[in-house]
Amino acid sequence: MTCLHLLVTLGFAVSLGTTVEVQRPRGVPLTKKHFYEENKPFTCLDGSRTIPFDRVNDDYCDCKDGSDEPGTAACPNGSFHCTNAGYRPMFIPSSRINDGICDCCDTTDEYNSGAICENTCKELGRKEREVLQKMAEITKEGFLLKQQLIEEAKKGREEKQGKVTDMQENKKQLEEKVEALRTVKETAEQPEKEAKERHLKAWEEQKAAIRLEKDKAKMAEAFSELDDNADGFVSVSELQSHVELDPDADGTLTETEVQGLMGGAAQVDTSTFESVWTNIKDKYHSESQPEEPAPVETPPDEVKEPVVDNDSEPYPEDDISEEDDEEEDDEDDYHEDDDKAPPTVKTPEKSQEDEEAMPPYDPDTQALIEAAQKARDDFEDSEKALREMDDQIRNIEKELSFDFGPDAEFTYMYSQCYELTTSEYVYRLCPFNRVSQKPKYGGSETNLGTWGSWSGPENNKYLVMKYEHGTGCWQGPNRSTTVKLTCGKETVVTSTSEPSRCEYLMEFTTPAVCQEPNNTERSPHGHEEL
Amino acid sequence: MAASCESLLPLVLLLCLSAQAVDRSNFKTCEQSAFCKRQRELTAGRSPYRALLDTLELSDSRLTLQLINDNNKVRLLLELYRLQGNMTRVKINELKPLKPRYEVPDVLISDPITEKLSVVSQDENSLVLSLGGKDQRLIISAQPFRLDIVEGPQVLMSLNSRGLLAFEHLRARKDTSISHKISSTVGSMWDSFKSMFSSKSESEQETEQENVEQQTDEDGQIKEEEDKPGMWEETFKSHADSKPNGPSSISLDFSLPGVEHVYGIPEHADTLKLKNTDGSDPYRLYNLDVFQYELHNPMALYGAVPVLISHSTDRTMGIFWLNAAETWVDISSNTAGKTMFGKILDFVQVSSEAPQTDVRWISESGIIDVFIMLGPKPADVFTQYASLTGTQSFPPLSALAYHQCRWNYNDQEDVKTVDQGFDEHDIPYDFIWLDIEHADGKRYFTWDPSKFPQPKEMLQGLMDKRRKLVAIVDPHIRVDSGYKIHNEIRSKNFYVKNKDGGDYEGWCWPGNAGYPDFTNPEMRAWWASQFAYDQYEGSMENQYIWNDMNEPSVFNGPEVTMHKDALHGVWEHRDVHNLYGLYVQKATADGLIQRSEGVQRPFVLTRAFFAGSQRYGAVWTGDNAAEWGHLKISIPMCLSLGLVGISFCGADVGGFFKHPSAELLVRWYQAGAYQPFFRAHAHIDTPRREPWLFGPDNTALIREAIRQRYALLPYWYQLFYNANRTGQPVMRPLWVEYPDDVTTFSTEDEYLIGKDLLVHPVTDEGATGVTAYLPGKDEVWYDVHTFQKHDGDQSLYIPVTMSSIPVFQRGGSIICRKDRVRRSSSCMENDPYTLYVALSSQGSAEGELYIDDFHTFSFEEAKQFVHRRLSFSANTLSSRNLAPDSQFSTASWIERIVIFGGSQPSSATLKNADGTESALEFEFDSTLAVLTLRKPGVNAAADWTIVLR
Repeated sequence: MTCLHLLVTLGFAVSLGTTVEVQRPRGVPLTKKHFYEENKPFTCLDGSRTIPFDRVNDDYCDCKDGSDEPGTAACPNGSFHCTNAGYRPMFIPSSRINDGICDCCDTTDEYNSGAICENTCKELGRKEREVLQKMAEITKEGFLLKQQLIEEAKKGREEKQGKVTDMQENKKQLEEKVEALRTVKETAEQPEKEAKERHLKAWEEQKAAIRLEKDKAKMAEAFSELDDNADGFVSVSELQSHVELDPDADGTLTETEVQGLMGGAAQVDTSTFESVWTNIKDKYHSESQPEEPAPVETPPDEVKEPVVDNDSEPYPEDDISEEDDEEEDDEDDYHEDDDKAPPTVKTPEKSQEDEEAMPPYDPDTQALIEAAQKARDDFEDSEKALREMDDQIRNIEKELSFDFGPDAEFTYMYSQCYELTTSEYVYRLCPFNRVSQKPKYGGSETNLGTWGSWSGPENNKYLVMKYEHGTGCWQGPNRSTTVKLTCGKETVVTSTSEPSRCEYLMEFTTPAVCQEPNNTERSPHGHEEL
Repeated sequence: MAASCESLLPLVLLLCLSAQAVDRSNFKTCEQSAFCKRQRELTAGRSPYRALLDTLELSDSRLTLQLINDNNKVRLLLELYRLQGNMTRVKINELKPLKPRYEVPDVLISDPITEKLSVVSQDENSLVLSLGGKDQRLIISAQPFRLDIVEGPQVLMSLNSRGLLAFEHLRARKDTSISHKISSTVGSMWDSFKSMFSSKSESEQETEQENVEQQTDEDGQIKEEEDKPGMWEETFKSHADSKPNGPSSISLDFSLPGVEHVYGIPEHADTLKLKNTDGSDPYRLYNLDVFQYELHNPMALYGAVPVLISHSTDRTMGIFWLNAAETWVDISSNTAGKTMFGKILDFVQVSSEAPQTDVRWISESGIIDVFIMLGPKPADVFTQYASLTGTQSFPPLSALAYHQCRWNYNDQEDVKTVDQGFDEHDIPYDFIWLDIEHADGKRYFTWDPSKFPQPKEMLQGLMDKRRKLVAIVDPHIRVDSGYKIHNEIRSKNFYVKNKDGGDYEGWCWPGNAGYPDFTNPEMRAWWASQFAYDQYEGSMENQYIWNDMNEPSVFNGPEVTMHKDALHGVWEHRDVHNLYGLYVQKATADGLIQRSEGVQRPFVLTRAFFAGSQRYGAVWTGDNAAEWGHLKISIPMCLSLGLVGISFCGADVGGFFKHPSAELLVRWYQAGAYQPFFRAHAHIDTPRREPWLFGPDNTALIREAIRQRYALLPYWYQLFYNANRTGQPVMRPLWVEYPDDVTTFSTEDEYLIGKDLLVHPVTDEGATGVTAYLPGKDEVWYDVHTFQKHDGDQSLYIPVTMSSIPVFQRGGSIICRKDRVRRSSSCMENDPYTLYVALSSQGSAEGELYIDDFHTFSFEEAKQFVHRRLSFSANTLSSRNLAPDSQFSTASWIERIVIFGGSQPSSATLKNADGTESALEFEFDSTLAVLTLRKPGVNAAADWTIVLR
C-alpha cells in the first residue's frame, strides 16, 4: 500500500495542439509545482514542518494542512488537482481519491481503486463549449433586448413623469371646478328645500283635517253602537261589554276600570263621550266589523334595487376577465367602471296605502327641484372626475416607486402576468404583484405569495424575487414563492416546484438579467493554468 | 412517518385535525379495557389455586402438575422446564379448554434445550426440585399454590406469592340476549358485582348463581361465575368488539426480593428505570400508531417486547412473558417479608425490611408461558434471552452509516439534488429514503409515474456514488382492482378476515385498504417473492425496504388499529396483535434475502416489533417531535430496546413533527451520531432541513458530527458483529458494565457504546456544560476529542460549546477507527485503520478488530472474515487471530497507532509474522501523554507485534 508513484507525467493539450510534459507530484497544480522540488526536503505549505521528499505522497499525512499528500487520501483536509485536459481543471477533496467513483474527467483521481473510468474530458469540453456558445448567443441577444427594455423603460418613465406633472396641473383646475359647482349646488338647494318644506307642511295640515273628520265619524258611530238602549247616554254597563278595553289586560273589565275610563261619570252623553273616546279609541273594536287583521309589516324595500350611495364607490366584478388583465392591472379597474355601475334608482319613501298620495309639487317648486338636481349632478360628476384623477396619479406614482432594477430593466414586467401549465395546475406569475396557482380542472385559485422584495445574493439582488404571505397552509406557514431569474431571450416561467411544503420555487427567464457579454471570452480548453 | 392526514379522506382528516398532541381519549386506559379492569380489581391475597401434587408427572426434562381453582373447580395444567443456560420455563394452560388457546409461534428460534429436573424432596404440601448447581431450588407449594426459586438461603423470585394468578377459562356463552344487554351497559353494573376471583365459600357463590348453567366433568363440578360486563362484548368509542369466545384473560404475579430496579418492557416514552404503577395505569403493551405521543407515561406505543429485566447489586434476572395479546404490566414496591410465608420459610432467611419489587402481568388471551432468566450477571441474561429469541441481525455496514430521510423527497430530480448537496457540502451519507409519496397512489411496490418515471436510472445514479436507497412498503394494501398486488392477495385469499368472514378492510394512506394475513406462512412466502427484481419493477440491489404502519395502523379502527375480532385463519386478531409487525418485517427481510439468492444481508426498518424482531433489522422510535424532551427520551427508549435484544435502534434525528431550531437540530445530529440507527427524518409539512440549510456554521457542526460517526464505523460494526454472535447489546446502560455501582442504576442521560465508549450527549437548550458520571473505581477515561485523562468514579463537569460531543474512551480499551472519512461507507471499505489505544491505570489495553466484505452472508456461511484481538501490555502491542479457521483478505492496513496515557519510549519496533523487524517513527506529546506511531503499514489481517522500549 505504500508504494505509490511519487511522480507522474502529465500531459496537457494546449491550444496549439502540441503536448508538453511537466513532471510533478500527483495531484499538484502547476501553479504550486515549485513547492515540490524532487529530492529536496519538503516544507509543509503552512510552514509547520519539513519532511524528507520521499514522504510526499507516501500515503501518510505528515502536514497539518495536508500539503504533503496532494495525490493520496491520507489527509482529511487535503485536495487533489486534476488537470482535465480538454475540459476544465478542478480541485477535489482528497477523500475522493481512489474512492471508486470517477470524479475527474481525466480519470486521474482513480489510479488505484479498480474503478474503471473513461476519460470524458474531450466530450465534456465539447458539450460545455456548445452550451457556452449557446449561452453566449442568448446572452448577446438577451443583452440587446435588455438595452431596448432599458430604453423603453426610460421613455416610459419620462412619459409617466410628464403625465403626472400634467395631471397635477389638471387636478388643480378640477379642484377649483368642484368648489365652484359646490357653491352652485348649495345655492340651488336652499330655495328647493324651502319650497319642498312649504309644500309638505300644507299637505300635513290637510291630512290632519281629514283625520279629525274621520275620527269624529268613528266616535259618533261608536257612541251609537255603545248606546245599546239608545237613550243618548253611554253607561258603565254598556261600556263594560267591550272587554278589549280592559286597561290591565287581565281579561276582565271591572266596573271600577270602566269608571276610570269614563272619568268617574256614571254615564256620558255625546259631548262628554269625546273625552271617553280619547281613552278607548285605540283599543275599541267596532261591533259591526270583524276584528281588524293585525297590520302586516310589509318587508321594507323588498323589490328595491340596491341604493348606491353617491359617496361610496361600487366595486368592480370580482372575476376580471383574462384579456383585461393583460392590459391593465386590477387597480385601474376600480375606476373605469361607470358603465358597469348599477343604476342608481331612487325609490319613493315608504308608501302609505291608507293615506292618499301627496299631491304633486306645484310647477314653481318642481322647477326649483329640477334646477337643484342639475346642480347636484354637475357637482357629483366633477367630484368623481377629481377622484379618478387622484387615483390615476397615485397609480402612476406607485409604479414609479417600484425598484425595477438598476436601469429599470424590469419595468416591462409590471402589470404583466406569465403562466406555466403543469400536469395539475396553472401557475401564474404577475411580477411585482403576486404568484398564484389554479387547478387545471376546476377549483379555486390559491395565492402563493404577494410581492415582497428582491432577495438575490449580495452581489446581485436582482436575480431572485420573493413573494410572501400567500394563503396559509394547514399546520404550516403561509405560502411563499421564490422566483429565480436567469438570462433568456424570452420572458417565460420555465419551471415550478414545491421543494418544501408551501414553499414554491419558480424558474423565470428574462432578457433583463442578461449580462453584457464578456469580450475576452473564457475558452474552456483546459489550459488556463498554462 | 405516520398519521397526519392532510391528503386523506374527510373521515381521517377529522380524526387527525383534533389532535395537536396525543389525543388520549383515542386510546384505552386499563379502566376502559374490560379484561384489565376485571383483573386489576383483583387484589393481592390468598390464591384460590391449589396444586394437586398427586397429579405430578415428571420426565427428565418436563414436569406437569394440575392446579385447581377452589372457587370454581376449573383445572389448569402447569408445566415446568429447566432450560439450558440457567432458565426456567413455566407454562400454565387450561387442563381441558373448550377450544385450543393461542400459543405464540415463530418467536422462539427453536425448542429450547431442556435439562434434567429432579425432585429433591416432597411432602404433603410441597415439592422441591433441583435446578442444577449452585444449590438452586424450585419450590412448589401446593396450598395456596406458589412457586419460589431460591439459591441457597436467598429467594430469587416468587410466582403467585401475592395470589394474583388468574385464568379466565373458556366457557360456553349463556343466554345471548341477556349477555348482549349486559355488555351494552359497560361498567355501570360492574361495580356492584363482586370480583369473580373473590374467595367466598362455595355456598355463598352458589346462592348468587341462580340462573347460571353448570357443567360437570369427572373431577367434580365446575362452577360458572356470573357474566361480567365486557366479557362477551365491549364497545370503545363506537367500535364494538364482538368477543365470540368470551373472557379469556390471564394474569400472574412475580415477586423479586432485594430488587429495586426493573427495566425493559418497551416500547414506552418513559424513563429507563420502570416506575411504580400504583395509582396510575399499568405499562401497556399493545402495538399502536400513536399520533404525536407524549413523554413520560405508560401508554402503549408502536412495538412491544414483553421482557422485564431486574437488577440489583446481587443479581440480574429477566422475565419473558411470551404472549402476543394486549398486555398490561403493573409494577409496585414492597418489602420482602410480606410475600414470604408457608413452606418457603423453611428454606430461606428473610429480612422483612428488604426491598422488593412486585410485577404483575395481565394479558387478554392465550396462555401463561413465561421464561425466567436467572442471570446472574447482566451479560448472562442477554445470553439467555438471545438463546430463546435469537440475536440482532448483522446489518450491512452501510446501514450503520448515516441515513437521509424526509416525507417526502418529491421526485427523481429532488433525490439527485439532495445527493449532490451532500457532495457539495462534503457531508457523507449512505442512504436516501423515499416515503409513501413515491408510490403510485400509495400502491406499494410501484412508482409514481410522473415523479419517479425512471427508478432504475435514479438507483443507478446512487449506485455510481456507492450509495443506496430505501423505499417504503407498508402492509396496508389499496383495495383497487387495477392493482396487481391487491388482486393476487385477494385471489389467493391472503387477506385478514373480518368477524363475518369477508376480507377485513380499513382506512389507511391509500384510502380503503386490505391487510394481508402475515401470520400465514404461505402469505409471507408470497410477500417475500414480491421483492424479486422481476416482480418489483424498478427495484435494484441498492434498494432496501422500510415497513411502517405495521402495528397495524387502521385509521378508522379501534385505537387506530385492527378490530380484535378480525380473523387470522382460526385465530382472532386479539391473540396475534403484537406479533403482526414482526411478521411483516420478517417476510420483507426474507424477500430481500431471496432476491439475492441468499447472498446479501437485508436491511429492513420497522416501526412495530415484538420479541424476536431483532432478527430482522432495525427499529425506530416512531413519530417523535422536534422538541428537546424528545431528544432526551431517545436515549432511554433505545437503551430499553437494547436490554431486550433490539440493538439496532434510533430516533428520527431532528424530530419528525414540527420544525427544530438550528441548535436542536445540531444537538440531535451530535446525539444521533452516537446511537445505533442514525437517520434524519421530517414530516411533510415541515420546512426542508437538509444539513446545509441552517447556515455555514451549523452545516460545519453537522458535518463534523456525521464524520465522527463514519470514523467510528469499524467500532460500530464490530459491536454489531458481537451482538449478532452473543446477544450483547450495542448501546448499554452504565449499570450493565458497572453492576455494583448503584449510582448508575437510574442513569439515562449517558450510556456506553459497547463497553469502551461513554457518551453524554448535550440535550439541553443553551447548555454551557454537562455533568458526566465516569464510572469505575479503578478506571480511567480519556476524552476522545481532547485526549484528556480523567479518573473514574467521579462526576465531572464538562464545559461545552456548540461543537462539543462529550465522549470518553475507557482506559484499557483499543478502538479501531477509519479516519479517512469519505462520501459513503462503501468508499471507505479498503481504507486503513488507526488504532486508539487507551491505557488503563495498569498500563494495558485490549480491543478487537472485525472485518469482512461488509454486506454478504459469507462471514457466516464461508467463514470469510477477519477477527483479531488487539492487546497492549508490558509495552507490547500485538494483533492475534481470534478466528483461526476463518479466512478473508483485506486491503486495509494499519495507518497509525495513537496511545493515550503512555510514556515516551526510546524506540518502537514492528515485528512482522515472518520475523522481519523495522523501526517505527513516533511522536510524543508530553503534555497530554499521547504517543503516535507513524505508519506501521502492516495489513490489518496480519499477525504483528510492536515493542516499545
